[in-house]
Amino acid sequence: MQCCGVVVAELAKARGTSLPFLPLFWNGCVVNYELSHLKTLESESIHIIREVAAEFERPVLLFSGGKDSIVMLRLAEKAFWPAKIPFPVMHIDTGHNFEEVYEYRDRRVAELGIKLVVASVQDSIDSGKQVEQKGPRASRNQLQTMTLLDALEEHGFDAAFGGARRDEEKARSKERVYSFRDEFGQWDPKNQRPELWSLYNGRHLRGEHIRIFPLSNWTELDIWQYIAEDGIEVPNIYYAHEREVFERDGMLLAVTEFVTVMEGEKPETRTVRFRTVGDASCTGAVESDARTVQQVIDEVSATRVTERGATRADDRASEAAMEDRKRQGYF
Amino acid sequence: MSELLRFATAGSVDDGKSTLIGRLLFDSKSIFEDQMASVADASERMGLEGPNLALLTDGLRAEREQGITIDVAYRYFATPKRKFIIADTPGHVQYTRNMVTGASTADLAIVLIDARKGVLEQSRRHAFIASLLRIPHLVIAVNKMDLVDYSEDRFNEIVEEFGSFAAKLDISDLTFIPLSALNGDNVVTRSEHMTWFEGSSLLHHLETVHIASDRNLIDARFPVQCVLRPQTEEFHDYRGYAGRVASGVFRPGDEVMVLPSGFTTKIKRIDTFDGEVDGAFAPMSVTLLLEDEIDISRGDMICRPQNQPTSAQDIDAMVCWLADETVLSAGSKLSIKHTTRTARAIVKNLKYRLDINSLHRDESAETLQLNEMGRVSIRTTLPLFFDEYRRSRETGSFILIDEATNATVGAGMILGET
Repeated sequence: MQCCGVVVAELAKARGTSLPFLPLFWNGCVVNYELSHLKTLESESIHIIREVAAEFERPVLLFSGGKDSIVMLRLAEKAFWPAKIPFPVMHIDTGHNFEEVYEYRDRRVAELGIKLVVASVQDSIDSGKQVEQKGPRASRNQLQTMTLLDALEEHGFDAAFGGARRDEEKARSKERVYSFRDEFGQWDPKNQRPELWSLYNGRHLRGEHIRIFPLSNWTELDIWQYIAEDGIEVPNIYYAHEREVFERDGMLLAVTEFVTVMEGEKPETRTVRFRTVGDASCTGAVESDARTVQQVIDEVSATRVTERGATRADDRASEAAMEDRKRQGYF
Repeated sequence: MSELLRFATAGSVDDGKSTLIGRLLFDSKSIFEDQMASVADASERMGLEGPNLALLTDGLRAEREQGITIDVAYRYFATPKRKFIIADTPGHVQYTRNMVTGASTADLAIVLIDARKGVLEQSRRHAFIASLLRIPHLVIAVNKMDLVDYSEDRFNEIVEEFGSFAAKLDISDLTFIPLSALNGDNVVTRSEHMTWFEGSSLLHHLETVHIASDRNLIDARFPVQCVLRPQTEEFHDYRGYAGRVASGVFRPGDEVMVLPSGFTTKIKRIDTFDGEVDGAFAPMSVTLLLEDEIDISRGDMICRPQNQPTSAQDIDAMVCWLADETVLSAGSKLSIKHTTRTARAIVKNLKYRLDINSLHRDESAETLQLNEMGRVSIRTTLPLFFDEYRRSRETGSFILIDEATNATVGAGMILGET
């Protein structure tokens, strides 16, 4: 049982002249009515998730196995407990993920007893809808957009939860919690709906949909502090481990079957961890000794480089790479 | 335990707002090397002499190309004392729409004034919007003090000039801070150039301003978001009402009333995933379990029998119009969203349009256009359960939605029953 009481002076101040009613609240238990920043963020996210479940016909939660979607899934679990999460989760699978991530995904979905939809980029390629990029720098990151949009359409999903945060990237810092997408899945940053108080407008026509970002106001550090506070398990690759990596464009890429090591690139074993988890072909590792949550928090607190800056080749294409991808319907 | 403080900044291109935010972020080590490198890079390509910190927040392609800020940008930083969310609102284009959006959830607003120019029309506008939105704390940052030789007299002139205007507004906490964002005077640390100033630096003020009592802990209001019925073996008869406390405090054993039905019962238990709690207050998301089985659904309001919100269909509100393709006028039919309740509304009449520069009330006005605001009477298809906006931002606010385009076209702050 959590304890919460009242600081008398504060309540008296808030109540102004209505002091006579004070003893109603007075229960001999003195803690003040304050919420920590993590609890405040948690409550805001739960409120958003419940609004979506109540107002949309077919929501879906996009789950990548990364720490943000793991936290988002936990928040969804909290929002409806003891009932089950009333919507499925969907994984846009590039086929280029780390084994640990698949294991984690399947275990978690089984625990929660919810439906998993896998939309596979490989299937899009096999069916001739998409063409695999060529060359040693080929990545399936870009291809995810079409697979995602097709899957949303196929299943008739009208709301899709994403784990994006505004602190991640400058285009994302301008995006609403409810992000309207037209029938082509496009985001129009110049024509966003005003979003006031905690009143969200999810109205849309058939064929359009809304992306929902319940973690908009969380930072990378908040996510890790929450993982620590809540005892949330994340895939091992987020913690320091030995791995064969090579350097490309200033990033450390893991040697996997999905990337081609080019001439001059020298694979070597280093102690690394992943700050973000995405397509193995464009997600870099960072050198790190952080083997526990607390060590990760210390590392994140001290870092001088953003997580995407350190680890994402996809954002390096140009100044507005993220905005351009988002306009096309990316996460 | 660190608290969360949300603040909005308002200002125009030239008054140093970006520099100030850049300074706060930089000095709190919240600007990262790769962000700085990309700003330096972009500035150089634009032919600027030094890095333009505005580029940190102006992330959209169009903003960079045109050198303007289009939309509210959110920035995050933390000190050991607090976590901060900045809603950085552009001051010039669509100022009202943007500022209203960014300021609606803010605990504090910073309005920048250029010490050389003094109180401009737009400083008054920003302060007015802050007061209208009931942002509890307002900071007037008198910037560019270095360009007026850190003059105490100049600062006092501005304090006096602004103070006489602010007296006409409803501002509960007003603080003036003289600073130089460029040189860092009174931003993070107190200035050596302005020893005459006895107040604290801006960051110190942000870290210590008392926000806990800004919340309404009196009027217990719980708009029901959804009903949780697990229907599993373990929770066979479970029926929980999920929502976020809008204001006030709820405790197990409290007698409560459900609107619109008017039935009363008692709170049996307050659940969260992490266990039962013995009290829930704003803005906690919880699940209420009641002693009696009552028909309750989304859009209903749980309150206390001796302290109920107003229940009415005829409502007066200050409305800010946010659409550029349509106008508000008598007869406009719209969808209205208030707490978790959605209804339809018709505009009965526009009582006056407010000139936000002069505060003049134009009673002959027949429409509200983009960025205009005025006092409006509406009638709704269903009763809404509301409090005055000045008493509760959560139960006193609504949005208006165009039924044809689905756009959010209006923001309303309730004054009371018509």
